Amino acid sequence: MIRTVIALTALAVLSGCAPATTPRIELVVYAASSLSDSYASLGASFEATHSGVTVKFSFDGSSTLVDQLKQGAPADVFASADRPNMDKATSAKLMSGTPVVFATNTLTLIVPKGNPAAITGLDSSLNGKKLVVCGGGVPCGAATTRLATLLGVTLKPVSQETKVSDVRAKVESGQADAGVVYVTDARASGSKVDTIAIPKADQVKNEYLVGVVATSKNSALASQFAALVTGPEGQRVLSSAGFTLP
Amino acid sequence: MIRPALPRWLAVPTGFAVAFLAVPLIAMLGRVDWLRLPTLLSSPAALDALSLSLRTCLASTALCLVLGLPLALVLSRARGRWATAGRILASLPMVLPPVVAGLALLVALGRRAWLGRQLSALGMDLAFTTAAVIVAQTFVAMPYLVVSVEGALRSAQEQYEIVAATLGASPTTVLRRVILPLAAPAIASGTALAFARALGEFGATLTFAGSLQGTTRTLPLEIYLARESDTDSAIALSVVREVQRSAE
Repeated sequence: MIRTVIALTALAVLSGCAPATTPRIELVVYAASSLSDSYASLGASFEATHSGVTVKFSFDGSSTLVDQLKQGAPADVFASADRPNMDKATSAKLMSGTPVVFATNTLTLIVPKGNPAAITGLDSSLNGKKLVVCGGGVPCGAATTRLATLLGVTLKPVSQETKVSDVRAKVESGQADAGVVYVTDARASGSKVDTIAIPKADQVKNEYLVGVVATSKNSALASQFAALVTGPEGQRVLSSAGFTLP
Repeated sequence: MIRPALPRWLAVPTGFAVAFLAVPLIAMLGRVDWLRLPTLLSSPAALDALSLSLRTCLASTALCLVLGLPLALVLSRARGRWATAGRILASLPMVLPPVVAGLALLVALGRRAWLGRQLSALGMDLAFTTAAVIVAQTFVAMPYLVVSVEGALRSAQEQYEIVAATLGASPTTVLRRVILPLAAPAIASGTALAFARALGEFGATLTFAGSLQGTTRTLPLEIYLARESDTDSAIALSVVREVQRSAE
């Protein structure tokens, strides 16, 4: 038994040391959850034009990603869903150069397919109904608060979720009567929800910024990925996902 | 007869185990902003979360006892295929990822579900209420009580029960005077485990009940939300939760 373990360990060590026939470079991209669909497709096209490069993604809330970067996570590119989180990264000297705005996102109201609760907007039709929004501490929650102030309405949500995807899930499942999400989320929900545009929503914009991580060992490739995102192809993919272009 | 000592080399893996459990906790205590701790913990959001967590955990632990204790008693006597199926069912929520447990509750008791609609018609709309938090906590915590109590009951000596019965005690008297007192230590530890699990419940609550200050946002949910904007306050709340747990 012990001999088998030693033999297997030796094998594992030896195979790990064996020279790889084709050295592959891994480009690690940390990006906000709301970018997952568009970035995944941009990653595939980056791999197609850069042979020998594999693009790996970690999608999570922007503040979680900043926390991980602070702890020395090995990322090459970081894309944040709002400016405050990118500011946290730049003031902690985690980014090289100045990150750039590559997209903006605005809010909209979604209701379950067929609008069973007959919601007409952020108005009295919501009285006694189950409205779900993002919590104040997260980017979409901060934007929701700004929009409500701008419209002069007081929202009475039954739940303030930590993630915009949780708001979406609760509306899609019919558990909630209405939810405030990003236009991109409403687009991704497809036919499961109906969308009700909110007036003045275009005045409350969430900015998405991308930049190269200071500790990146592949900074040239990382800049090329950022250039793809801000270039014509990236902008086309982002705009078809519902993002507004800067 | 003197019991032989454990082999000395056990000290090495034991040391690693202790370090593995202690280091992250000590590291967290080192990161606490002790001067700001009273301010961080006395914010209305933190106080609401603390009191909501305590109230819901007491309610769900009571429910676990009322429902789980009879189940453990019956399972401990049951034999055969159905008994095995029952034991698997009773421990299933332990291995389900909590978010999946929340989804299961949602499709069973949600507003679109058949059972949820019947409850709604009776005026018991669970969606986004404190009751939904208690349901989620009971669902994930009850297996801990059932499994520990059932294990103790199955390995219990039966001669006391037999003697009590031959002395003319009714089944209820045997249960009350013999079985339950003998199982008391296991019931106590099972209850403590269920309470601890309910206190830490996060995924099922978030998925099934939502998150609103004072209504559904328990301590773990408050910690998660606080972390998005303020890591210090999240750590302060985590310390309180550890203290609560170890106080049991």
